[in-house]
Amino acid sequence: METIKNVSVSEASFSGRLEGFEQQYIDLYKQYHEQIKQHSAPVMNVSRNASFGLFEQLGFPTSKLENYKYTDLKESLSGEYGLNLNRLKIPVNPYEVFKCDVPGIHSYLYFVVNDGFYPVNDARNETLPEGVIIGSLSKMAEVHPELIENYYGKLSCTKKDGLVAFNGAFAQDGFFMYVPQNVQLDRPVQLINIMRSDVDFMANSHNLIILGKGAKAQLLVCDHTVDDVRFLSNRVTEVFVGENATYEHYKLENTHTRTTNLSTLLIDQQASSNVLGNIITLHNGVTRNTIEIDIDGENCETLLCGMVIADKKQQVDNFTSIIHNQPNSNSRELFKYVLDDLSKGGFTGKLYVARDAQKTSAFQTNRNILLNKSAKMRTKPQLEIYADDVKCSHGATIGQLDETAKFYMQSRGIPEKEARLLLMYAFTGDVIENIRIDALQDRMKLLVEKRLRGELSKCEGCVICQ
Amino acid sequence: MNTTNNNQSQTLTSPLLERLGEALLTIKNLHANINGKEILKGLDLTVRPGEIHAIMGPNGAGKSTLASVLTGNPAFEVTHGSVTFQGKDLLELAPEQRANEGIFLSFQYPVEIPGVSMVNFMRTAINEQRKYRGLDQISATDFLRLMREKKELVEMDNKLANRSVNEGFSGGEKKRNEIFQMAMLDPSLSILDETDSGLDIDALRIVANGVNKLKRPNNASIVITHYQRLLDYIIPDFVHVLYDGKIVKSGTKDLAFELEERGYDWIKQEVEEAP
Ligand SMILES: Nc1ncnc2c1ncn2[C@@H]1O[C@H](COP(=O)(O)OP(=O)(O)OP(=O)(O)O)[C@@H](O)[C@H]1O
Ligand SMILES: [Mg+2]
Repeated sequence: METIKNVSVSEASFSGRLEGFEQQYIDLYKQYHEQIKQHSAPVMNVSRNASFGLFEQLGFPTSKLENYKYTDLKESLSGEYGLNLNRLKIPVNPYEVFKCDVPGIHSYLYFVVNDGFYPVNDARNETLPEGVIIGSLSKMAEVHPELIENYYGKLSCTKKDGLVAFNGAFAQDGFFMYVPQNVQLDRPVQLINIMRSDVDFMANSHNLIILGKGAKAQLLVCDHTVDDVRFLSNRVTEVFVGENATYEHYKLENTHTRTTNLSTLLIDQQASSNVLGNIITLHNGVTRNTIEIDIDGENCETLLCGMVIADKKQQVDNFTSIIHNQPNSNSRELFKYVLDDLSKGGFTGKLYVARDAQKTSAFQTNRNILLNKSAKMRTKPQLEIYADDVKCSHGATIGQLDETAKFYMQSRGIPEKEARLLLMYAFTGDVIENIRIDALQDRMKLLVEKRLRGELSKCEGCVICQ
Repeated sequence: MNTTNNNQSQTLTSPLLERLGEALLTIKNLHANINGKEILKGLDLTVRPGEIHAIMGPNGAGKSTLASVLTGNPAFEVTHGSVTFQGKDLLELAPEQRANEGIFLSFQYPVEIPGVSMVNFMRTAINEQRKYRGLDQISATDFLRLMREKKELVEMDNKLANRSVNEGFSGGEKKRNEIFQMAMLDPSLSILDETDSGLDIDALRIVANGVNKLKRPNNASIVITHYQRLLDYIIPDFVHVLYDGKIVKSGTKDLAFELEERGYDWIKQEVEEAP
């Protein structure tokens, strides 16, 4: 029972683009590109027209494309979303109303409301370690253009990806963080993306993170939605991790079912750097995470983890890609999904080992539990190995909860519901173990348990949500 | 069919079984299937408080099936018969309810549960039992004391208690862990399914001692074993032979010696020759 509109879309989508939905944005850009530029920074405008050109060429991705096989955006892109191209102030002060703190985390806390960095509360009077810069990307691009122009778009502009190109055309602001050489941030930095609007709304933001040699930082990105309207966010984050630097990136999504959350995380690793990514989807609508880590120096350590708990009609696609360009580095990937009801999961683990990247070791694991027959999981390892002296492995499993284990627990007096919960909780345990911020790990244990119990549909502790 | 059953129960109503007092467990004419195949074919058994029953019998006779059916394993379907436990219709209860009513099975093949710690598992089980019985949650100190006490009872290595349930445990360690759990949960009817197999001589003695120390006038055990040796440690009041889904012979511990010596052929013959 497809609507006429959808039929025309699928006919048009053989080219890998969603013709029906692109035109309004193409027209929008043509009409308003001056305003878009005017309300952004020159550094961000340099590549804007080129990004738009690329988007015109590529369009929005469809599941006909190899890299978007498990993401279906038809539903998400239908309908009309408002955009805030003129940077009108959104009437909300997240510092006052949004108390989504992780107890004991003591983070440096920042907000992006929809697509713009929310000014830091002066009253907070918090001093960052010497030389560290955190703030609005467009503001900082005006204050420190020489710093930002060397990095902005360097990972994203060349991507042949419709969503990244769209972001390049429309993003006007975002979160910026610079940690200079040998400076180690003493506390985690927390960025909360809040979607707040009275009408269906779209947000494009671009984040830029730069860690100098030997620098150290932990970033926790939380995605939240506030109002019961349809949201679409399309965010690109570029991260440059200098030599010997250590970077941890936690992404925690807890949005409502009418949200489409598209996010692209691009990380470049220099020699002897250490990167941990942990991408957790607790509650969502339609989510696509693209994570690409380029290992461009020797002796790097990379650990990319992720976890998905989905039910109802939620969709989560994690497309990951780890690229070993240099020898002697280790990468490990671990993704776990628990899917119930009519939810759909997708995982792609692309691993590329260049000819010169000898002595690479790379291991990939994706394990999935389907709690009923209607939930669907699709998983695909994609290994391209051109070096001959490497250790690589991958494994993917899709299964049900272990019935014998469940019965064993019941035979000790543990009710079936509780036994299922313990098993699911245990299943996700090793992903949670890979959270290196204690307070966050404790919090996640609690949130995951609540989520599995069905007690969590929105963020715990958000005044706004309640 | 009926006559055969009457013959069976005649064997059972030997003077030995005619003790006074309420039965703890009464199984009558129990039939059970797995995947449509009948495994239990009219089994009768009565267990009274304070008794130890040994069940022996050839491989595939249905001993583990009986244990599974009593504990409510959903893979098995009961087609006929009744089981009464402490006056309640056992077959009506979910596995966890049976456990909380006081039935415990030491599994022939204990299950590994990666990611669930022994401590968390035991604490959950204890608290569920307490909740079922209308008691408050156990305090942290009481729980630790209980764990320590019971670990000592079965001489279980501390390291094992800190790991995931049975994960990577050796065969013997798993069996010892079963008895540890039994000690923690203090059941009124324990069913030990080949708990002796895979145990070294010292472990066998320790496990058997544990079982004996847990014995009380108001609880009972069903001990499934292939070896008379275990019965030197855990002295049974009755020995039954389960063959082809039925209890075909019952006696005292002397029957175990006889089986050890003569095997099962003579029993099979007796069964086949019976009218
Ligand atoms: N899942 C199953 N599907 C089909 N048959 C089964 C299944 N499980 C058990 N059986 C059969 O049921 C019968 C009884 O098995 P059971 O495990 O109860 O025997 P047992 O007396 O405990 O044997 P053992 O001494 O070897 O432990 C066997 O013939 C076995 O093959
Ligand atoms: Mg058996």
